[in-house]
Amino acid sequence: MSLKDLEIESLSIDAVRQAVASGETKATVLAELHYDRIAREDGKINSYLALSRDRAMARATQIDEMAVRGETLPALAGVPVGIKDVLAMRGAPATAGSLILKGYRPPYDATVVTKLETAGAVLLGKLNCDEFAMGSSNENSAYGPVLNPKALDRVPGGSSGGSAAAVAADFAVATLGTDTGGSIRQPAAFCGVVGVLPTYGRVSRYGLIAFASSLDRVGPFTKNVKDAATVLQVIAGKDVMDATSSDRPVDDYVGALSKPVEGLRVGVPEEYFGEGLDPEIRAAIDGALAGLKTAGCVVKPVSLPHTKYAIPTYYVLATAEASSNLSRFDGVRFGLRAEEAKTLSEMFRKTRDVGFGAEVKRRILLGTYALSAGYYDAYYRKAQQVRTLLTRDFLAAFSEVDVLVAPVTPTPAFKLGEKTDDPVKMYLEDIYSVAASLAGICGVSVPCGETRDGLPIGVQVMGRHFDEGTMLRVAQAVETSQREQ
Amino acid sequence: MREETGVSLEDVRRVAELANLELTAEEEPRMQRDLNAILGHIAQLNELDTEGVPAMAQVGEMLGGVAHDRGEMLRLDEVRPSLDRVQVMASAPDTDGRFFKVPKVIER
Repeated sequence: MSLKDLEIESLSIDAVRQAVASGETKATVLAELHYDRIAREDGKINSYLALSRDRAMARATQIDEMAVRGETLPALAGVPVGIKDVLAMRGAPATAGSLILKGYRPPYDATVVTKLETAGAVLLGKLNCDEFAMGSSNENSAYGPVLNPKALDRVPGGSSGGSAAAVAADFAVATLGTDTGGSIRQPAAFCGVVGVLPTYGRVSRYGLIAFASSLDRVGPFTKNVKDAATVLQVIAGKDVMDATSSDRPVDDYVGALSKPVEGLRVGVPEEYFGEGLDPEIRAAIDGALAGLKTAGCVVKPVSLPHTKYAIPTYYVLATAEASSNLSRFDGVRFGLRAEEAKTLSEMFRKTRDVGFGAEVKRRILLGTYALSAGYYDAYYRKAQQVRTLLTRDFLAAFSEVDVLVAPVTPTPAFKLGEKTDDPVKMYLEDIYSVAASLAGICGVSVPCGETRDGLPIGVQVMGRHFDEGTMLRVAQAVETSQREQ
Repeated sequence: MREETGVSLEDVRRVAELANLELTAEEEPRMQRDLNAILGHIAQLNELDTEGVPAMAQVGEMLGGVAHDRGEMLRLDEVRPSLDRVQVMASAPDTDGRFFKVPKVIER
């Protein structure tokens, strides 16, 4: 067939659908090309934990048959997609990057998996991540770290490191990740791809292995903003299987991209440009803002005064919820069981001791401590109150502006091992991402140039609750002005 | 928050027991050190006066949901097929096909 490896590197969703519809290529051929590339090159990146070849080829064959019959192809027809290993795919391993789920194969599909496949996507396999999505570097995976395809001595970010790396290395046209405190936006920035955090409640979480339920969200990684809009369109919407999913109507995200950004008000939160921000990242964001001004946006400073409290708030609430959610991993119903235990309680403890890695234990302990008698009001309730203040900051800002533009991360991708000894240092990686997570608003990381050393830089566009359309419009304007430079 | 005292090794053991975690002798001091470092960072929250600020469990409550006849966001209570028992039990570490088998529950 005519598609060569070189062409894979800029393959967009629209290009795939058109090529498959016109007969220029076949979905089966595209899937094989991606599998070949994975077999050849993923040995050094370590992005995939499992491949679902039979399922992918069966779906690709169906798409090819539809194309031959001349049927109208759905939005993602033939698009090779990878899934973060915290989401259930029937019959495929689901480890969440943890030893405690080794061997577990869920007997059902996550709703987002069903929606992608219904829309024609070809699901290639499951992607590496930090254990239970806890981490900012992918170094917490029990199955080895993922390396950054743009710089092999650097981390890809986390926790959705495999999802970001797979798109950056062209091991998939799009992938799904999850974001609890920055786990989509930060790896997208580190790997130079687009990553979307949808509004809380916009995308179903049925079939997601829970980390912190008031924060967890599912979203896409893609090579460009339009592809992100296309995937989001497919996965968004109410799901009866997830009571936290919203029944607000889903906007036309792809349609929104064709509207001009002229006249939109862009807020620049001063608290996101303080000490610790890498000067090259700062310069890149300034460049993106200049591009938005040229496109007719009104750029103005705003204040989110409680920003510095976002990390401590997040690490109380997320760990408290995790300590509760992760109590289900006990060796009884699925995954690992420590064999030598004589009693039930010994089995729980030994299974969890062997099955969980250090960071997961650290967070379970912290969360359990914050919820324990005598500390609940001082930590958990206090953090919930500060969460209200942080959310009010955003609501006030959004009464003056339509979107916010800020850095995603204080630094570009760091080296493996650089921050593993100091959890607080690692947690501070999330400084520009956790506030949006706590407030439930939407956000996206868009590539915005490189450092002198060739490391990708991301710019973050944050939007109002359920206003992904406006957010993506501005993201696309950033992307367009980058291309024109 | 009780910054002045900090987390002792005894606290670490107590919390580990609550969380059904068994820490090794090497893990305990490391966890103590890390918890104290993280809690030290979290103590910043004390700078804020949150008197009268409502606690927020998740964002939905601040946005207001869509009104429903039958309660907020809940699906209809109707019978639907469950997962197949054979498939579910296939993932179990130990089962007789109907039940999950575990070591004895009552000690002594």
